Amino acid sequence: MSSWPILSLVTFLPLAGVAFILFIRGEPDLVARNARYVALWTSLITFVLSLSLWFGFDRGTAAFQFTEYAEWMPDLGISYSMGVDGISVLFVLLSTLLTPICVIASWDAVKVRVKEYMIAFLVLETLMVGMFCALDFMVFYVFFEGVLIPMFLIIGIWGGERRVYAAFKFFLYTLTGSVLLLLALLAMYFEAGTTDIPTLLAYDFPPAMQTWLWLAFFASFAVKVPMWPVHTWLPDAHVEAPTAGSVILAGVLLKMGGYGFLRFSLPMLPDASVFFTPFVFTLSIVAIVYTSLVALAQEDMKKLIAYSSVAHMGFVTLGTFTVTQQGVEGALFQMLSHGVVSAALFLIVGVVYDRMHTRLIARYGGLVERMPAYALSFMIFMLASVGLPGTSGFVGEFLVLVGAFQISTWAALLAASGMILGAAYMLYLYRRVVFGVLSKTDLKSILDLNRREVVVFAPLLALVFWMGIFPMSFLDVFSATVANLIADHDSALAASGGSSVWAAQWAALWPAQ
Amino acid sequence: MIGSDLMVALPEVMLAVLATALLMFGVFRGNQVAPTILMLSVVSLVLVLAVLLLRPSDQGGAFGGLFVADGFAVFMKTLVLIGSAVAMLMSLRYLERAQALRFEYPVLMLFATLGMLMMISAEDLMSLYLGLELQSLALYVIAAFRRDNLRSTEAGLKYFVLGALSSGMLLYGASMIYGFTGTTSFQALASVFAEISVAGEAPSLGVVVGLVFLIAGLAFKVSAVPFHMWTPDVYEGAPTPVTAFFATAPKVAAMALFVRVIMGPFGEFVGQWQQILVFIAIASMVLGALAAINQTNIKRLMAYSSIGHVGYSLVGLAAGTEAGVHGVIVYMAIYLVMNMGTFACILCMRRKDVMVEGIDDLRGLSKSNPMMALVLAIFMFSMAGIPPLAGFFGKLYVFMAAIDAGLYTLAVIGVLSSVVGAFYYLRIVKLMYFDEPSEAFDQPIGGEMVLILTASGAAILLFFVVPGPLLDSAATAAAVLFAG
Repeated sequence: MSSWPILSLVTFLPLAGVAFILFIRGEPDLVARNARYVALWTSLITFVLSLSLWFGFDRGTAAFQFTEYAEWMPDLGISYSMGVDGISVLFVLLSTLLTPICVIASWDAVKVRVKEYMIAFLVLETLMVGMFCALDFMVFYVFFEGVLIPMFLIIGIWGGERRVYAAFKFFLYTLTGSVLLLLALLAMYFEAGTTDIPTLLAYDFPPAMQTWLWLAFFASFAVKVPMWPVHTWLPDAHVEAPTAGSVILAGVLLKMGGYGFLRFSLPMLPDASVFFTPFVFTLSIVAIVYTSLVALAQEDMKKLIAYSSVAHMGFVTLGTFTVTQQGVEGALFQMLSHGVVSAALFLIVGVVYDRMHTRLIARYGGLVERMPAYALSFMIFMLASVGLPGTSGFVGEFLVLVGAFQISTWAALLAASGMILGAAYMLYLYRRVVFGVLSKTDLKSILDLNRREVVVFAPLLALVFWMGIFPMSFLDVFSATVANLIADHDSALAASGGSSVWAAQWAALWPAQ
Repeated sequence: MIGSDLMVALPEVMLAVLATALLMFGVFRGNQVAPTILMLSVVSLVLVLAVLLLRPSDQGGAFGGLFVADGFAVFMKTLVLIGSAVAMLMSLRYLERAQALRFEYPVLMLFATLGMLMMISAEDLMSLYLGLELQSLALYVIAAFRRDNLRSTEAGLKYFVLGALSSGMLLYGASMIYGFTGTTSFQALASVFAEISVAGEAPSLGVVVGLVFLIAGLAFKVSAVPFHMWTPDVYEGAPTPVTAFFATAPKVAAMALFVRVIMGPFGEFVGQWQQILVFIAIASMVLGALAAINQTNIKRLMAYSSIGHVGYSLVGLAAGTEAGVHGVIVYMAIYLVMNMGTFACILCMRRKDVMVEGIDDLRGLSKSNPMMALVLAIFMFSMAGIPPLAGFFGKLYVFMAAIDAGLYTLAVIGVLSSVVGAFYYLRIVKLMYFDEPSEAFDQPIGGEMVLILTASGAAILLFFVVPGPLLDSAATAAAVLFAG
């Protein structure tokens, strides 16, 4: 529609900022300040540019929009191909929104190696946006795995005490999953003769092959989401990462897994997806219930929110594999909402961490007396995380439950119990940190939100209410795509023989002796 | 016609003449001209490279089928010449500081390079052996070049003894093959084997035994498991620029030879050698990944890393297809650049004019020397195979070939060992970026080092922007071997 390569611009503009930052020379303080400003302006301009996607996006169609195409490795037929549909466009916006917020949030908190820090975040933004825009599986993979490098450095350099352990665990866990994804990608390439995503979406893979491809995809995406039991890297990474690192990790990187399921596993491998649905349901429900209980017992605020992330992402995987209009839309909505809310909660923790340099819940209490604005923002985000009607969290979880109810009453019931547990641990956290008597002496001089922090929270607060009160403006964006996805899925299943899917999948896993 | 034969081998002839001339120059003028000779040697290599690239790539065979100059040879020779020239350039300061700069050093490197060019162009078991030995003998000597240094002499001796053993095995294999087929020429062997396979028979046991010995000898030269034992000791003991040389040009040449032997005459018998290569590849990848974890000496670490990398490129060879050979070529090209750059960094690890080799010495390098840390980090991530760096594409191509050839187990073990391998590459990044600095390295590192580091770092980092030229020329080179 437009002749501007808008997606490439949004993707690679942050790299221009990196180039600028690299050329900054002079006094350390001056360098740090200039690096902050360059990073802020670059990410803000990128965000404004990406808004044109929001306004220019045609909500009536499931087709890929803003497509771009260029030869990359022509001998293999791999091309640099970009485009967004209803599934990916909002993730692009989420990434471009969170990056400037991260830059502002780190304004004073990061004091060492500011230049490198800002470079890492801008590179990370390029990789995240590129990943959601990629319409070629190989290009997707390059972005998908490239994310590991800046994130590894962010956790490892600017992280907390056990940062080295956390960084390695994060890197190796995700790499293990990704390399299997790479092999599956290659196998698909030889089967279908292309890595072009739209072509692959239309291709019918043989059912026996789908099983193995699905498992390889699962290895990668389940680690990213993360699903129980491969979630253990997440609490470590979150606890040790700097605040902004946690924000990006929870806000965007976890969505890469959910996005992967929606973009690849579900539409490309329908037979295997149906076969593995009970498996995914089980893991999702275990994630929702078990990690909620674990969250209840946490003494570290960041760890608690990290576990709550696992539980919330359990809703996402549950909704995705219901393959109903409500379930999938709910999963998408839940991802966006979680992207905003968990990012905000990590920022909330970051605010007090910057002041007190501890994340232990026991070290706080009675903050409401000194920090009313803080307590209010915390409460809104906390309630959004719980899923209070009127906030963004409610819509996603409700839709997922509606979807799940159509497939399995038990799944819906157990997932709903997770919501209750969610309320329990969040309210318990809030009570211990914000309410109670302000007895600790060092808390008596703690200051409320400053202007910079208000700027950080204001857009997120607005989004929480906007998504909660008027969800249609977001649901509209992806409903056409989701409807199309489900129609394709059903017709693919009908073509491959409906009920015989199970038998074929079992045969692939356990060949007859 | 001897005249036209010489023209086919013009680059080799040129190099031989230049090397001899420089040797004479050194003999008559003594050691004070050693730096001049070193620079002239680099110039010679560049000249030979220019001749190689400027004439048409396909010159055909020569010397009664002993020698062949085809597109594959041109590509691999280009890599070898670049590797040798860079290694030589990196040696200058090191040798001057160690007061070990003798004119024999560059001359020996030139002869080793000549041997490598011969290996790449060998079209007969005889010329194969000739090239291999010319290369090896020169390498044995330069491994022990610091003859007053115990570790260096030990490395040279160890390399010599084990190298001689492997040459013996290779020769034994060659004689078995000759005995059972009556020829040493690759082309004649190919047609003999083609007849056998057309007739639907298996090759005779003698040929298979000969092939196994041949592969063992070649595996030694590329330092693949289980013939890798010499590598860590020699890498650690040899003077660092010599190690840099060992890790680059001879590996490329030996791999080129491996490819030509396996895919040329024995191409028909994929079934006979594939399982051997699969085993060697898996063993090399796994050992390279696991054994490197506990290393504290960076040269030793690089030795295990190179064993691992050889394993990955053998994955491509094990596939036994054109795509596989393409993968091997791409992998070796990228490997060459990564290793040159990494060794340039290692050569810059000096404190108060003394070389340090512990990986702990890299602690906090990102603060004391940010640019060098950045470049080394790029190489480490690239060796770990993380996109978008070049190393990823090398792995991509070999695993692509493996999947295409149906070697799923090999591919899965390969990628998983690359995850294990990533651990020790990351450990170096961790030391440089996460830890507090120890004492800084000596500055300045010298103009040629800056040039090498910048060029190789940029090549690895930006490879993904324009992958076309390398991939295309590698594809052309691979296609040559499958034309007939």
